Amino acid sequence: MDFTLLRNIISRYCVGEENWVDSRTVYIGHKEPPPGAEAYIPQRYPDNRIVSSKYTFWNFIPKNLFEQFRRIANFYFLVIFLVQLIIDTPTSPVTSGLPLFFVITVTAIKQGYEDWLRHKADCSINECPVDVVQQGKVVRTQSHKLRVGDIVVVREDETFPCDLILLSSSRHDGTCYVTTASLDGESSHKTYYAVPDTMAFRTEQEVDSLHATIECEQPQPSVLICEFLHVFYSCRPLGAENLLLRGATLKNTQHIYAVAVYTGMETKMALNYQSKSQKRSAVEKSMNAFLIVYLCILISKAVINTVLKYAWQWSPDRDEPWYNHRTENERQRHVIRAFTDFLAFMVLFNYIIPVSMYVTVEMQKFLGSYFITWDEEMFDEELGEGAQVNTSDLNEELGQVEYVFTDKTGTLTENNMEFIECCVDGNVYIPHAICNGQILSAHLLCFSQEHEDLFFRALCLCHTVQVKEEETVDGIKRGIHQGRPTSFYISSSPDEVALVEGMKRLGYTYLRLRDNYMEILNKDDEIERFELLHVLNFDSVRRRMSVIVKSSSGDYLLFCKGADSSIFPRVVSGKVEQVKARVEQNAVEGLRTLCVAYRRLSESEYAEACHHLTEAKLALQDREQRLAQAYDIIERDFVLLGATAVEDRLQEKAADTIESLHKAGMKVWVLTGDKMETAAATCYASKLFRRSTQILELTKKRTEEQSLHDVLFELNRTVLRQHCLDFGLIIDGATLSAVLKPNQESAGHGNYREIFLEICRNCSAVLCCRMAPLQKAQIVKLIKASKEHPITLAIGDGANDVSMILEAHVGIGIMGKEGRQAARNSDYAIPKFKHLKKMLLVHGHYYYIRIAELVQYFFYKNVCFIFPQFLYQFFCGFSQQPLYDTAYLTLYNISFTSLPILLYSLVEQHVTMETLKREPSLYRDIAKNSLLRWPVFLYWTCLGVFDAVIFFFGAYFLFDNTTFTSNGQMFGNWTFGTLVFTVLVFTVTLKLALDTHHWTWINHFVIWGSLLFYVIFSLLWGGIIWPFLNYQRMYYVFMQMLSSGPAWLSIILLITVSLLPDVIKKVLCRAMCPTATERAQVGC
Amino acid sequence: MMASSYNAKEEDGHPSGASGHGGPGVVKSKKPDNTAFKQQRLPAWQPILTAGTVLPAFFVIGLIFIPIGIGLFVTSNNIKEFEIDYTGVDMDSPCYTCAKNSSWNNTTPCTCSVDFTLEQPFESNVFMYYGLSNFYQNHRRYVKSRDDSQLNGGRSALMEPSKECEPYRKTDGVPIAPCGAIANSLFNDTLELFHIDSNGSRNAVPLVKKGIAWWTDKHVKFRNPGGNNNLTLAFQGDFSKPVNWRKPVYELDPSDPENNGFINEDFIVWMRTAALPTFRKLYRIIQKKSSTTPTLPSGKYTLDITYNYPVLSFDGRKRMILSTISWMGGKNPFLGIAYITVGSICFFLGVVLLIIHYKYDTRNNSADIPN
Repeated sequence: MDFTLLRNIISRYCVGEENWVDSRTVYIGHKEPPPGAEAYIPQRYPDNRIVSSKYTFWNFIPKNLFEQFRRIANFYFLVIFLVQLIIDTPTSPVTSGLPLFFVITVTAIKQGYEDWLRHKADCSINECPVDVVQQGKVVRTQSHKLRVGDIVVVREDETFPCDLILLSSSRHDGTCYVTTASLDGESSHKTYYAVPDTMAFRTEQEVDSLHATIECEQPQPSVLICEFLHVFYSCRPLGAENLLLRGATLKNTQHIYAVAVYTGMETKMALNYQSKSQKRSAVEKSMNAFLIVYLCILISKAVINTVLKYAWQWSPDRDEPWYNHRTENERQRHVIRAFTDFLAFMVLFNYIIPVSMYVTVEMQKFLGSYFITWDEEMFDEELGEGAQVNTSDLNEELGQVEYVFTDKTGTLTENNMEFIECCVDGNVYIPHAICNGQILSAHLLCFSQEHEDLFFRALCLCHTVQVKEEETVDGIKRGIHQGRPTSFYISSSPDEVALVEGMKRLGYTYLRLRDNYMEILNKDDEIERFELLHVLNFDSVRRRMSVIVKSSSGDYLLFCKGADSSIFPRVVSGKVEQVKARVEQNAVEGLRTLCVAYRRLSESEYAEACHHLTEAKLALQDREQRLAQAYDIIERDFVLLGATAVEDRLQEKAADTIESLHKAGMKVWVLTGDKMETAAATCYASKLFRRSTQILELTKKRTEEQSLHDVLFELNRTVLRQHCLDFGLIIDGATLSAVLKPNQESAGHGNYREIFLEICRNCSAVLCCRMAPLQKAQIVKLIKASKEHPITLAIGDGANDVSMILEAHVGIGIMGKEGRQAARNSDYAIPKFKHLKKMLLVHGHYYYIRIAELVQYFFYKNVCFIFPQFLYQFFCGFSQQPLYDTAYLTLYNISFTSLPILLYSLVEQHVTMETLKREPSLYRDIAKNSLLRWPVFLYWTCLGVFDAVIFFFGAYFLFDNTTFTSNGQMFGNWTFGTLVFTVLVFTVTLKLALDTHHWTWINHFVIWGSLLFYVIFSLLWGGIIWPFLNYQRMYYVFMQMLSSGPAWLSIILLITVSLLPDVIKKVLCRAMCPTATERAQVGC
Repeated sequence: MMASSYNAKEEDGHPSGASGHGGPGVVKSKKPDNTAFKQQRLPAWQPILTAGTVLPAFFVIGLIFIPIGIGLFVTSNNIKEFEIDYTGVDMDSPCYTCAKNSSWNNTTPCTCSVDFTLEQPFESNVFMYYGLSNFYQNHRRYVKSRDDSQLNGGRSALMEPSKECEPYRKTDGVPIAPCGAIANSLFNDTLELFHIDSNGSRNAVPLVKKGIAWWTDKHVKFRNPGGNNNLTLAFQGDFSKPVNWRKPVYELDPSDPENNGFINEDFIVWMRTAALPTFRKLYRIIQKKSSTTPTLPSGKYTLDITYNYPVLSFDGRKRMILSTISWMGGKNPFLGIAYITVGSICFFLGVVLLIIHYKYDTRNNSADIPN
């Protein structure tokens, strides 16, 4: 074969010169030209190994450590640890090394386990068997050994191992059916086509004898593909209909032959597999702010102490009295000594930054999220699924939502379509009977038989519904009883199924698509056949779809159905007025309407359309744009036939949920692609708008009369004038984009954006209709960026909601009927809209108060812990002498006080679940991050400082120049520290106990258990001469302390005094100005 | 509507990506267990801190704390304590010359006597303390300057003391026993107490030196190398005494082998570093003679001091304290006062809360009724 010639043809004919380098050449069956041949550049492709794991066995430790130390907190502790190793510091490196080691290990184990799961999953995928054609024989090999250019045999119900170009199928028409259920949840069967040149190949030998190359672009995540198959001297364009994607499953086809074009990590699936951008919760942000404050406190503490130290040491008899000489070494390093002293103070006080807070927060989030998945009330029997948590980072954000953006179809409504009526030229047909298509319609005058026939045929032909026979599938099932085995209509759109079924009830049954012929059983039980020539697929921008068919009589017909707004402007004749009136009437009733139109094409027109389409399909660049252009040219000069109306019922308890959200202080926005009237009707039904709501309209209709500027200002005035009124706003997509458009004309007009936001702020409910998917995200972004920076939540079920789900602070997916894309891209997925109520009002509320307490308490307990050490420096000559023993310093955060707060943050319920559900207004109490605001933080910190002062000076006065044993013996500095530490541990634990409102047996166990553990540990730690330690400073210190009566008395006294202010504050606040939550607590 | 774009993020069978929730995946297809824990419905006690519930607690605390405080205060007041500063800062104080001349180079002991009068008799056991001020036993460099394994009689630590002991670790290459700054600065004044009779004769008050250190320290934590017998042999030769010491460790108390070497109680007491820069340490115990006569009758006393310990260089003070002891230790009015104060505050708060409770509770109730 002369490849040089072939190459020349290709480069001249198919591809523009400039992107030659950007494409790859695949030699089918590895039949490369001889090495000497011109222009052959051997390309290297990866093998078909899928690697979703992050680590390998060898690089786990270094890579994981690197990842972990990139976190600022871990890095900080590492630095502290290193400082301790290098310079002479008051505490041993163990005190910060051990907690750090603990934190790192826990995280590493968690990540390692997750990665091991990924490895296992990868392994099972990589090792699954694949049949490959080699030298005319089928050879079984493992999936990861597959190479680009291999010819693969895939049998029915097998999953495609990589991205393949379909060469031939066992079906005679060269098609195969594929389900992408495991990719996007769409169980409908999609048809893919074999390359016409090779579709005749039947056996391995035939396939293997093929000499051809495929030109295709380098791997890209986008769905668009421009590929070309070069067989011999012809060059044939390939499209998405030839490309079988990895992860999809072959259905209803015995086997296919296909050639691998993208393998392994270059498959579309792997390229699209990217981690979502990390969302951070408001709590995390305030946590980081607090950390910075504490870091400042820490540094200032260290600076103060260093300065004071040098001031104090000014006189030499204090600096170096005769009893306490320096070593020679210490005397020499004069210059850096001040800095080392500073570092030593830093090390001494470093525990004020809670090392274990991050790991506790992470554990709390991880473990806490299980309560969502375990929740029985959020389990849907019908779907057989409960709520899913895709990220646990945002649990507490669920309690902070201020704006809810919801999709309408499938979210507020069932997305369970029912055909209600259709109208042809103003005549209404209503199917009543459920089965056996009988028309009990009330059509009065039937003067246009032709239109009626065309209308029904249009609806029977213009769709992408498939007929699934026998087998039951998970998707949408509808039985057709025609004396044959049960068959179902399947489509990714429930509207289409409803329409085709409605047609069936009206007497026109769509039977099947066979060999590109669509078969219809008409009213007279005759089978009509139409050749399907082109499908102009639906897209959400055009909002319509068309088919071009050739009837048995040889006419070329273009049928189009779509939203009224996209059909009417293209209509040239037909009873527009009547249909329009009917459509509007239906929309007001909340029905989903579609208009149907047709165009008769002449032979030449068809040829022209064909030309446009093929040209667009052939295009390498801007294919989508060109296709849109081609569609635009073809879809015009319609004759209007009629309209249909489909009902979508509201979801169960949708109104109740929306009402609760309103009461909880959330603003609910409905974003939908539907008509304004339809959407408004749904909004009324779902109580988003009440009868008392004053509706403000910001629609295209209005802006056509007045300028946008005037309308905006007028609305703003209305809103500002009447504050108490309940406002609802309706805005449509066109107006919205006008509002959002940067205003270039003049600065004097002001910023529309701000005015719009001002209006929205005063409306409790907003309805945005006629929205494109991207506009939904834009709206969310707009609100997110407004000056209050409210927390937004987006909820939706379809692929068109994904952008908004990704954009919002919290994205919730409904496991809907339009596939699983929304659920997969969301942070949380729930089966039904009604579950949102429990998710936000109960789970969100709980998570928020839990994590808020966790964060505040962590800072509090570390202030209590470290502040006495700071005070002690004033009494030990600023010598960095630690107050507590090393073991206490080390274990305070990781064992003595860690479990109670972790448990609290998992099971605390300050109010019962029933109360939270009953009184949504309690949600307002925690709005705007109220438990983590600066005053609250200041209160906790002051409480910590107060307690620390009590601990320290209580012990100080007790020790002040006296003995407190009955045998006259004296205690030393370690007893002093142990006394402070004992009071500290008991106080912080009891403080948590006072905050606990929900005492289960686990709480009792953990709180009393951890106190008991402290006592037992101390007894043990002081009870033995530990052979591996080089100091025995704690020997019998704890026991001696407990043997003294005044020590007990002072411990009790100090604990009481420390807890007193908090108790008083709580009681007074509750008595003087109780919050709604506090009232609810007493009420129940 | 008919959107069927390909946009797979994850593949089934993969645990969901970075967030990695294996768990939720497991229960996916099944209905979640209806257990009390998983449904967050564990039976729980739900206490609420309201004025009503806290009130009794305040009164109870008040009622308990005030008597305890009074008891403590009375006990503390009954304790007799006598303190005398013998540093010798003033020209007219008896130890002025000793204080001026004292330094570590002085080999000849300087003695001085301080006369004092006890106004009241001291009953029961009397404890004699020495007190130091402005002496930073809690300085970090000082606290760590010891070797516990050496003090525990560890042979290897004896030969090679811990680095923490620097610069009191070795002299001229010979290890110091006991090493470290604490041991080196052992308090070495000798205090003797004489009672002056009505006829002017000096009667020595018997001072007991047993039982001034913790039992556990003396018997477990501190140990002589090679047992208590023949300390001279155990310590001689390879070791040198701490630089400031006049005599080696094995001659601390030659009269009593059970109180010599590392287990000398004065030494052990010194080795327990004090918490604050002003501290006292137990020196001797004056045991009561009989139930009828007071241990130290009121009258004139003389304190004979062998003045060895220089404190003026760092502006320190030395004191001798005589104190009786109750079950709650020495004289310390703080605890009693604190208890009385806290008890009173609680009681007062209880009353305030009572008022608030009735005032606001009725208001809240009346406000709640329309709802």
